[in-house]
Amino acid sequence: MSEAPSGADLGRRLRDGDLSVAPAVLNLVESRPAQEAGEVEALLHEVAPGALGGEARAHVVGVTGPPGVGKSTLLSELVRAWRERQRSVAVLAVDPSSKRSGGALLGDRARIVSDPADRATFIRSTAAGDRLGGLAPATRAAAQALGAAFDVVVIETVGVGQSETEVAEVADTVAVVVQPGSGDVLQFLKSGIMEIPDVLVVTKADLGTVAQRARRDLLATLRSIGERATQVVCVSSVAPVQGFDQLIDALDAHRAGLDLPARRLAARRAGAVADFHAEHGDRGLRALGGRRAALRALDEEDPALEVPALTRALEARAGAT
Amino acid sequence: MSDHRLPERDRPWMMRTYAGHSTAKKSNELYRGNLAMGQTGLSVAFDLPTQTGYDADHELARGEVGKVGVPVAHRGDMAALMDGIPLDEMNTSMTINATAAWLLGLYIVAAQEQGVEAGALQGTTQNDIIKEFLARGTYAFPPAPSMRLIADMVAYTVTEVPKWNPINICSYHLQEAGATPVQEIAYALSNGIAVLDAVRERVEPSLMGKVFSRMSFFVNAGVRFVEEHAKLRAMGRLWEEVGRTRYGVEDPKQLRFRYGVQVNSLGLTENQPENNVQRIVLETLGVTLGRDARARAIQLPAWNEALGLPRPWDQQWSLRIQQVLAYETDLLEYPDIFEGSRVMDGLVDELARGARAEMAVVDEHGGAVEAVAYMKAALVDSHRERLGRIESGEQVVVGINRYADSEPSPMAEGEDGGILTVDPGVEAGQREELARWRTQRDDAAVAQALDGLRRAAADDTENIMPATIEAARAGVTTGEWAHALRDAFGEYRAPTGVGEAAASVPSQDMERLRDEVERVSEGLGRRLKILVGKPGLDGHSNGAEQIAVRARDLGMDVVYEGIRLTPSQIVASALQEGVHVVGLSILSGSHRELIPDLIAGLREAGVEAPVVVGGIIPEADVAPLREAGVAAVYTPKDFDMGVIMGDIVALVAQRNGVGASA
Ligand code: B12
Ligand SMILES: Nc1nc2c(ncn2[C@@H]2O[C@H](COP(=O)(O)OP(=O)(O)OP(=O)(O)O)[C@@H](O)[C@H]2O)c(=O)[nH]1
Ligand SMILES: [Mg+2]
Repeated sequence: MSEAPSGADLGRRLRDGDLSVAPAVLNLVESRPAQEAGEVEALLHEVAPGALGGEARAHVVGVTGPPGVGKSTLLSELVRAWRERQRSVAVLAVDPSSKRSGGALLGDRARIVSDPADRATFIRSTAAGDRLGGLAPATRAAAQALGAAFDVVVIETVGVGQSETEVAEVADTVAVVVQPGSGDVLQFLKSGIMEIPDVLVVTKADLGTVAQRARRDLLATLRSIGERATQVVCVSSVAPVQGFDQLIDALDAHRAGLDLPARRLAARRAGAVADFHAEHGDRGLRALGGRRAALRALDEEDPALEVPALTRALEARAGAT
Repeated sequence: MSDHRLPERDRPWMMRTYAGHSTAKKSNELYRGNLAMGQTGLSVAFDLPTQTGYDADHELARGEVGKVGVPVAHRGDMAALMDGIPLDEMNTSMTINATAAWLLGLYIVAAQEQGVEAGALQGTTQNDIIKEFLARGTYAFPPAPSMRLIADMVAYTVTEVPKWNPINICSYHLQEAGATPVQEIAYALSNGIAVLDAVRERVEPSLMGKVFSRMSFFVNAGVRFVEEHAKLRAMGRLWEEVGRTRYGVEDPKQLRFRYGVQVNSLGLTENQPENNVQRIVLETLGVTLGRDARARAIQLPAWNEALGLPRPWDQQWSLRIQQVLAYETDLLEYPDIFEGSRVMDGLVDELARGARAEMAVVDEHGGAVEAVAYMKAALVDSHRERLGRIESGEQVVVGINRYADSEPSPMAEGEDGGILTVDPGVEAGQREELARWRTQRDDAAVAQALDGLRRAAADDTENIMPATIEAARAGVTTGEWAHALRDAFGEYRAPTGVGEAAASVPSQDMERLRDEVERVSEGLGRRLKILVGKPGLDGHSNGAEQIAVRARDLGMDVVYEGIRLTPSQIVASALQEGVHVVGLSILSGSHRELIPDLIAGLREAGVEAPVVVGGIIPEADVAPLREAGVAAVYTPKDFDMGVIMGDIVALVAQRNGVGASA
C-alpha cells in the first residue's frame, strides 16, 4: 500500500482547495491511531481559523429528521441544485450501527444520485458507532476539515428525539425534515423537547395538500412559541421535483444572517467537550464541574484554536493526562 | 360411469421452454427447433438491455447484449424473431415488464406485417412491475407511472387485443428471492389487487369482470411439493374471494385462478448437478397432481441451472420431463385426487389463514405499491433465514450439506463445460446493426412518433399504447422509447431491504468471526469496511444482499447501493468510502467484460483494496479473472457464507499487514 499522507500535508492541501484529498482526510479522521499520534490535530491545525486567516469558507448544513422521512432523497436533489449553482459539495451521511454486532449497513449513499465523474461532489457514509447523539465520532473533525475546501459540507443524521442537538453544535444551519401529517414535530416544538431548527422542510409535497397543511400548522406553532425567524419550506424530492430554489434560498438566508465566527467558535468548544466526555466519561466531566462549567472554561482559550487543542486544555484543567 | 375416472383424458398443459439469446435471427432458429420438438408455445427471454430499455450502444448495456436473452431493438428485430412463425396460431409468452408496452407494440406491428390483426393475437406480457421492484430488478420508471403503464395496457388490450393476457402477476420471482409460501401467496395477491385498483380507474365498470378474468399468474413450486400444491389451492381460493368481495365479480369462469409455472430454480445446486433432475420432477408434480389446481402452462429449468445457461439438449431434457409426465403416466385420467383429503384441506386452511394476515399487513401500508419497502425487507429476511437453515444443516440439501461426497460427475465434462456460451462478438454485431437501422429509417417519422409518445406520457388521461404502436411502426428503437418515458417519468431506485433485515442469531462460528473482525478492525485503526457492488444490468440481488447482511452481522461497516451500477459509479463509491475490500457480485454473465475494467478503474483512482467476486462464474473464467487482479472467486457451491467471510477478513488482514491472531 502507498504511504498515507500526513495530517499536516492533507490540511495544507485542503487549504489550497484540493478536493481530491477528501477520501484520505476521512480515512485519517476515522482512524484511531491517527488521533493518538496527533495526526488529526495536525490536520485540524492547518485548517483552523488561525491558519486560514478566518473561518472556513463552507456552509456547514445539518440535515436531520426521523428515519425514512426522505433526508437522503432530499439531499440527492439538493446536491444537484448546489452543483447547478457551481458550489462544490461534501456529504457526510451518518447511519446507526447495530448494537449487537457493531456493524452497520450504510444505505444513504444509494439514494443520493451523483455523477461519478464529478470531482466536486464527495459523499461519505459513516457509522455512528456507539456514540450517542446521531453523529459519528469523526464527523465533527471531518466537517471542520472539509469546510476549508468545499463550498458546502452537509451532514445527514438520523434524528430521533434529541440528537439534532448535537448536529446543531456542528452545523451553521440545521434543517429538520418532517413528514407531512405526522404530529410529532409539533409536539416536540411546543414542549421544548426539540431545539428550534433554523429551517423546517416538509417533504413529499407531491402527495398533495397534506404538505401545505403541515406547513401552515408548523408556522402557526412556531408563531405561538414566539419563533418567527424559522422558515418552513415544502419540497418534493421525486418527480415532479419542486421547492428546491426556495429551500436553497432559505438555507442561504439563514447563513447570511448568522454571526458565523460566534457559531463556529461555539461548535468547536462543544466539540471539545464532547470529545473530552467520550474520552474521560461522566467522571471526567464532573471533575471540571460539569458540562456548562467546561464550556465556560473554554471561553478563556484562544478562539482560533482547533478542537484537539481545546480538548487538551480541558484535560489539563481536569488534571487528566 | 365411475366418478373416480374422467370420461375423457384431459388435454395436457401448455409446454414451453424459456429461451432466447445472441440475436433475433439465432433465437428464431432456436424457437423453430423447439416447436419441432413438440413444444406448444413460445416463451421469449429478452436480454437485459431490452428489458430495462437501453439500446446496445448504451454504457449500461456493456457486456449484456444478447447474453441472457434476445436483443430486440426495433420492429425489424421483432419480425426476424417471429419469422416463419404464424402469429395467429402461436401463443407467445414474453417475460417483459418495464418495457412491456413497447414489446407488445412491436409484436402487434410484426403481426400486422404478417397480415395478422391484433385481435387474433394470443399470448402474455409479464408486465408485473411490483415484483420487479421486489425481486427481479428490471424496472425503469418510478412506481406511479409504472402502474399507469400497466393499467394502460390492460385497458387497451381488453378491447383491442382481447385474447391477450396483458399481465401475469408473478410469485415465481418472490420465492426465488426467498419468500415463504405464505409470503408468496400474500404478496402476489396484494400485487394483483394493486393492479386491479389501478385499472379500475381507467375502464368502464362493466368491464371489470372481463378484466378480472384476464389476470393470470406465474407461480413457483419448490421441492416441498405437497405443501406447494396446497399453496396453489389456497391461492385459487383467496383469489376468488378477492374477485367476489372487492370487485363484485360473480361469473365462476371469470373468477378462476389461472396460472403458469416455472418450478423452483433457487434450490438447484452446482454440486452434484444431476440431483437437480429429481428436484425438477418432484416440483412439477406439485403443480400438476391435483386437477383443481393444475397449471395451465409449465416451463422447467434444466439440470445445469446453477452452472450457466442451458444448451438446447439440456432444455430438451426438461421438455421431455413434461412430456413423460403428461403422455406416459395416468396423471391426466382422474378428477381431482385431493378432493376430501383432510391433510390437503388442513394445509390449505393454514396457508390461507397466514396469507390473509400478511395481506392485511400490506393493506395497512396502503397497498402493495406503498408496501414495496416493507415487502422487500421481509423477503431479504426470509432469505437470510433460509440460508441460515442450510448452513446449520437444519434444512437438508442433498449434495450440499448432506451426502456431499460424490463420485466424479461426467455431466459437465465436455469441452463446453456443460453450458451454453454466447459469442462475445454478438454485442458488436448488434451495435453495428443498430447503427445501420438508424441510418435507414425515416428520421422525420421517428421524430414525430417520439413527440407523440412524449405527449401521451405527459398526459395521464391518455393511453400510452396507440402512441407506442405508432413509434414501433416508425422504426423507433427500444432505447429511444424508454428514454422518452424516462424523461417524462423520472427514474427510480428500488429499496434494497438490507438495512431493515433483522440481525442473525449468532452461532458459535459467528461469535468467533465477530471477534476476528473486531481484532482486525483494531489493527486497521478503524472498523473493517466493505463495499458490496453490483455492476451492470444484472438484477440478481440475493447473493449481494445476503453477503451485505452477514457482513454487518459480523461487525463490518457495509456500503451496499443496490443493483445496476456502472463500473465508474462503483469506483467512485470505493474511493470516497475508503473501503478495505471491494466485493462484486455478477450472475448475468457480464463478468468477463465488466470486472477487469472495474479493477483497472479502481487502481487508476488509487484504490488499492483487494477485489473479490461472487456469482455465476464458469470454471473457465476463473483464471482470466485472477489474472485481472481478482483475489478470490466464489460460486453457488460456496454455500457456507461463514467460510467466505472468514476468507475476506483474512484477506484484508493480510493486505494491510495485520498479523494473524495469536
Ligand atoms: C434466484 C435466481 C433468479 C431470481 C433472482 C432474485 C434476486 N433478487 O436475486 C430471478 C427469478 C428474479 C431471476 C431472474 C433472472 N435470471 Co436468474 N437465477 C437465479 C438462480 C436460480 C439462483 C441465484 C441465487 O440467488 N442464488 C442464491 C444466492 C445466495 O447465491 P449466489 O448469488 O450464487 O451467491 C453465492 C455465491 O455465488 C457467492 N456470491 C455471490 N455474490 C457474491 C458477492 C460477494 C462479494 C461474495 C464475496 C460472494 C458472492 O456467495 C453466495 C453465498 O453462497 C440462478 C441459478 C442458480 N441456481 O444459481 C439463476 C441464474 C443466475 N439466472 C439466470 C438468468 C439468465 C436470469 C434472467 C436474466 C433471465 C432473463 N433472460 O430474463 C432473469 C433476469 C434477472 C435480472 N434482472 O438480471 C442465469 C444466468 C446465466 C448466466 N450467467 O450465464 C442463471 C445462472 C440460471 C440459468 N442457468 O440460466 N433469477
Ligand atoms: N412521494 C415522495 N416520496 C419520497 C420523497 N422523498 C423521499 N421519498 C421516499 O421516502 C422513502 C425514504 O427516503 P429516504 O431518502 O431514504 O429517507 P431518509 O430520511 O434518508 O431515511 P434514513 O436515512 O433511513 O433515515 C423512499 O422510499 C423515498 O423514495 C418525496 O418527496 N415524495
Ligand atoms: Mg437516509
